[in-house]
Amino acid sequence: MSVQPAGAKDQVARLLTLVPFLHARGAVRLDEAAAALGVPAEQVLADLNVLLMCGLPGGYPDDLIDVDLDALEEPGGDGVIRVTNADYLARPLRLTPTEATAIIVALRALRGSAAEETREIVDRALGKLEAAASHGSAVAQIDPGDAPGGPDLVRLEAELRQAASRRRQVRLSYYVPSRDEQSERIVDPRGVVTADGFTYLDAWCHSAEAPRLFRLDRIAEAVVLDSEIQTEPEPPRDLGKEGFFESSPESLIATLELDPAARWVVDYYPVQAVRRRRGGRLEVDLVVANERWLQRLLLRLAPHARVLAPPAYADSFAAAAEDALRLYN
Amino acid sequence: MSSTTGRKSERLLNLLIMLLVQRQYVSKDRIREFLYPDASTEAFEKMFERDKEELRSLGVPIEVGNMDAYFDDEPGYRVRPDQLSLPDIALTPDEAAVIGLATRVWQHARLADATTEAVRKLTALGVEVDESALDIAEPRLSADEPSFDVFWEATQERSAVEFDYRRPGARTTTRHLQPWGVVRYSGRWYVVGLDTDRGQERVFRLSRVEGEARRTGAPGAYDVPPGTDVRATAVRLAPPPSTGEAVVLVRRDAGIALRRDAVSVETDVVGPDTSTSWDRVRISRGGQGVADELLGYGAAVHVESPAELRAEVVDRLRAVVRGVEMAS
Repeated sequence: MSVQPAGAKDQVARLLTLVPFLHARGAVRLDEAAAALGVPAEQVLADLNVLLMCGLPGGYPDDLIDVDLDALEEPGGDGVIRVTNADYLARPLRLTPTEATAIIVALRALRGSAAEETREIVDRALGKLEAAASHGSAVAQIDPGDAPGGPDLVRLEAELRQAASRRRQVRLSYYVPSRDEQSERIVDPRGVVTADGFTYLDAWCHSAEAPRLFRLDRIAEAVVLDSEIQTEPEPPRDLGKEGFFESSPESLIATLELDPAARWVVDYYPVQAVRRRRGGRLEVDLVVANERWLQRLLLRLAPHARVLAPPAYADSFAAAAEDALRLYN
Repeated sequence: MSSTTGRKSERLLNLLIMLLVQRQYVSKDRIREFLYPDASTEAFEKMFERDKEELRSLGVPIEVGNMDAYFDDEPGYRVRPDQLSLPDIALTPDEAAVIGLATRVWQHARLADATTEAVRKLTALGVEVDESALDIAEPRLSADEPSFDVFWEATQERSAVEFDYRRPGARTTTRHLQPWGVVRYSGRWYVVGLDTDRGQERVFRLSRVEGEARRTGAPGAYDVPPGTDVRATAVRLAPPPSTGEAVVLVRRDAGIALRRDAVSVETDVVGPDTSTSWDRVRISRGGQGVADELLGYGAAVHVESPAELRAEVVDRLRAVVRGVEMAS
């Protein structure tokens, strides 16, 4: 725990949950109370030592909250804690507006991916919480919508997460847009990550012999195998920090000139340098996964991106555009 | 935790109890006498202000009122038990299990913590949470957009926000918004509200907000128009989703993504060349992105209709080829 100024506030918040917790249960083991509050046992003890000094504003010993810690100190004690003389704190605090909104929005998201019989339970729970949500929460104004891709994608994601934590290999049937190809491969899953509205499986790919990201909505089929992963388990990448491609020594760099209409590229793809040019244009050094990927990107952007270097990429792009144009002559 | 923290916690909790157990308002003098006996007047005022503020931020509703009906110069303080504590929410075990699952939904540290805290309060009174009883795949709700927190709080507090916004292909502009709501749509978060520069409702994609969004007004500065359905507004104002149809010729074995959600596929039709066989694929989409998507396939796809789409693809390819000729 920190000894920041927030410490006292956090401690009071914890006590206002701990007292009702103990009050409702009579006697609770210290480690159970600690687990319920998500803090170490020593912290609960420190909290209880504060509680000992609190009570009614009379100043008499009888006014103080009675915290029974004897069972912890006695060698043969049962290790439980009890709190009495605190009836006025027997109920937990109302949910704050943020808490109410956070849990209700989470439940709504859960509802969207639940099977019918579970959905009924979620609805009951939501009904009770919405009725009790304190005034001032913005529950009506925050809408998580349905999971992108619907319940199937949620289930796929859960399966892949589980495969990653159980260290099981997965056989994927995956669509590769840059090659316009359906591929079959065995991967060692590392975890599921999100970036800009898409969800990806981060995995070691045995076909590519390298880590790869697989967009979940492009996975046609995933079969969790009985075989264990063959690579060292690693946590999934943080896409926010590392970006989509790890720049490795073998990754290629292309220098492009982008018109304003194509500037979004620098937000979506890894660039090593961006230089401003006249007319809102940008000159960027783009990390290129492979040449086909680049060519496809350039065609999509046509005619708002030009290759400045290397010349071979410029030539192959021009040839691809000419081939495509020939279809219309 | 330091003993200073312990002493401050003690004071905060005793203050709460003192205000809670009295029927009437408690005077400032009495509070000072019991809880701040050694503090100078100035130190007391400062500490008391801060302590009230901290309790309020925990959700403790401290009311200020007049001690005496005849003399309104002495304020008193109290906390009403029914305002303080959680209403009686009797959760059944399966409801508690669902609520336990909710703690795993947010992929956003602050909201995940808030959800966990809510579950602790809700289950403090004795319901045990057994999530394993449920067969449900919980979705993950992420909110990676850096401006998400500001818009969430501004929506909750109803305070105006100023931010820099960039539409693709356009200049970055500074916008002023009274947020009505935050909505996820196709996996992305949007904010809906009144654009006060234009006097009209608008929707903004949070991932296109540049830098930090700033709250500019006081809380409670405006009201959300009654009956506003933020999702319906977002859907109405967001760029139109794919509508309309396009007919394209696709080389055999190419265009897998086009075929996968095609309206119809007619195989072995006459194509623009004979180096492969061709299929006629009817796709249901339109709008801005469709030309980009089809261009990406290069010479594996030939657009038949609509005529405007075909013209756009041809023009854009021509511009590339002409540009190359001019440069060389």
